[in-house]
Amino acid sequence: MNENARPVFSCHGVHVRIGEKEVVKGVDLAVLPGEVHAIMGPNGSGKSTLANSLMGHPAYALTGTVELAGEDVTALAPDEKARRGMFLAFQYPVAVPGVTVASFLRAAVSAVRGADVPVREFRKEMLARMEDLEMDPAFAGRYLNDGFSGGEKKRVEILQLLMLKPKFALLDETDSGLDIDALKVVAKGINAAASNDTGMVLVTHYQRLLNYVRPHVVHVFMDGRIVRSGGPELALELEERGYDWLEPAAVGGV
Amino acid sequence: MASTPTVADIGSDYNRRYGFHDPEEYFMRTPKGLSHEVVEAISLLKKEPEWMRVFRHKALDIFLAKPMPTWGDTARLATIDFDDITYYVRATEKQEKSWDDVPENVKRTFDRLGIPEAERKFLAGVSAQYESEVVYHSVKEELTKQGVIFLDMDSGLREHEEIVRRYFGTVIPSADNKFAALNSAVWSGGSFIYVPKNTEVAIPLQAYFRINAERMGQFERTLIIADEGAKVHYIEGCTAPVYSSSSLHSAVVELIAMKGARIRYTTIQNWSNNIYNLVTKRAVADEDAVVEWVDGNIGSGLTMKYPAVILKGERAHGEVLSIAFAGPGQHQDAGAKMIHLAPHTTSKITSKSISKGTGRSSYRGLVKIRNGAHGCKTSVQCDALLIGDAARTDTYPTMEIDEDQVSVEHEARVSKIGDEQLFYLRSRGLKDDQARLMIVNGFIEPFVKELPMEYAVELNRLIELEMEGSVG
Ligand SMILES: Nc1ncnc2c1ncn2[C@@H]1O[C@H](COP(=O)(O)OP(=O)(O)O)[C@@H](O)[C@H]1O
Ligand SMILES: [Mg+2]
Repeated sequence: MNENARPVFSCHGVHVRIGEKEVVKGVDLAVLPGEVHAIMGPNGSGKSTLANSLMGHPAYALTGTVELAGEDVTALAPDEKARRGMFLAFQYPVAVPGVTVASFLRAAVSAVRGADVPVREFRKEMLARMEDLEMDPAFAGRYLNDGFSGGEKKRVEILQLLMLKPKFALLDETDSGLDIDALKVVAKGINAAASNDTGMVLVTHYQRLLNYVRPHVVHVFMDGRIVRSGGPELALELEERGYDWLEPAAVGGV
Repeated sequence: MASTPTVADIGSDYNRRYGFHDPEEYFMRTPKGLSHEVVEAISLLKKEPEWMRVFRHKALDIFLAKPMPTWGDTARLATIDFDDITYYVRATEKQEKSWDDVPENVKRTFDRLGIPEAERKFLAGVSAQYESEVVYHSVKEELTKQGVIFLDMDSGLREHEEIVRRYFGTVIPSADNKFAALNSAVWSGGSFIYVPKNTEVAIPLQAYFRINAERMGQFERTLIIADEGAKVHYIEGCTAPVYSSSSLHSAVVELIAMKGARIRYTTIQNWSNNIYNLVTKRAVADEDAVVEWVDGNIGSGLTMKYPAVILKGERAHGEVLSIAFAGPGQHQDAGAKMIHLAPHTTSKITSKSISKGTGRSSYRGLVKIRNGAHGCKTSVQCDALLIGDAARTDTYPTMEIDEDQVSVEHEARVSKIGDEQLFYLRSRGLKDDQARLMIVNGFIEPFVKELPMEYAVELNRLIELEMEGSVG
């Protein structure tokens, strides 16, 4: 990574309301290409709300600014953001019955790359990535997330990450609900994306994943705010001491 | 209109009575409205045997005596003007309409579906006949070798009168319902198929091989007989919109699957929206026979159609897989009937509907298990997808189970295109309309995958057109 590199993603003064309630209360982030940030925080602190609203979820009212590759994308629709190279791996990927993983992926890849990928070429690439992720090729023909186990859903999210090759990706608890083998596979995918210069924010509340993916920056997220940022050692400290010692009121923002 | 003669009077002296000396010339088309004269003229013109002529007249009496259905979309049914319909037009007379009379939206859809010129004219009712001769002839040769009969119903009656006489109207008697009676009185065209014992017809037989005005008429009549151990797949209709200025399509389709036979009957119906599509379809399945209705309703203003299987022999299996697309102003009232008469018979109904805008879809179904038909299994699944706040769906499932030792499953689900599904797909770069279309195509996938390739592709394209500009 280059010290002078410009952030591939940044956000400033982001607040998010769900109805009357303010859930995200002022977040700033700047992620360089290939850099991995971890956001760790207790359940219900607003991590998913932050991730979804950054991607442009229509149900959330976001204020502040969001920049992707130096351009203001705050007001753009999620599909526009995706086509410009942003990605969100969902905490709870929804099922789309009747649509196969392969046909969905091909549509997504074509949309993001801005051109139809020939079927043959596409299949080859998809099967190679599936092999990287130790997925049964039969998966390509299954209906998207329909009846998938938690671990299968997460693998498919990572498969999409590797196929869409975004500039910046938010991964929302992609590590939760995985056994150790699956966790390693997911970590392998994340590391591959990072070495492709994808900047990433991993939302997690366990330190576990960070044994396999070394983050450059760790942020502690509580009650809608980043209350502390530091290096990988901060994750270990959280693992040992929990979150209580980091009361937002006492510590304040970063 | 002359006074209505009784059935017993009919046929003895039609010349004196009605005075049609040269029907060939006089009746290129019958006058508007329905009467015994009209029925007589149709039969005479077709040079039908006496028994069919009597059959028609009896059916007309039944039609006249029967009240309109008191269920379904009665308000819309009440708007049918039976006096304003031409019940029979000879094929050669259908050319008189001009291409300019075809509505713009129908033309546009032809464009979008890439329908060849010759077919367009036929489908729009501008030309009387479209034959894809090459395909048809090679198919026909193969069929003849196997002893399979595949004719239009009129030719079937002429060339195989004994078979027709034996089975015609046995599955759906004229008195079954008002519209079956109407069809029985004025039917014209449709297909007649007989598949000999233990013969398998390898490719689906399509009315489309040789579509002509007769075959795709308003009152077509189809009879398919699969002899013991025979197997056949028949496909009716096409995805291209079929435009007709006449407003009523009332077909009767009878299937007979003898011991161990298999019949699949696939329909893709895309009538233009001015049409009432009131169709009676029923099959009888003997021992170990399998009958499958694959039924897609995209067009018409009002459809009322409930394909049925009478499971008469032990271990017979019946299946109905249907989709209906009700766009703005349309009402698709569709469903299925399964009548379990014998032990160990099984049935499965899968009904999928999409209602968009002010579109309305209804599932109306009947499963009946007779006392003594032990060990039967039936499952009914209805999925409705609503697009927009004005769309409507209803289900009217009826179960009449008179036997204890049976397994009955019923499941009904209504859904909307979910915000979370949309967000998920859009976060992958798909535009809003692309994402909606993907969800809808996924919804109908269980149906589409049962169709031959070219129909599947066309259906997906058609749904794409129907989905255009949908919001909410
Ligand atoms: N769609 C929603 N409607 C109402 N409240 C919501 C919605 N989504 C999240 N919340 C609330 O916002 C808060 C933060 O939730 P979330 O962002 O899911 O937290 P985390 O991901 O950190 O566990 C919680 O109190 C949750 O109940
Ligand atoms: Mg969360």
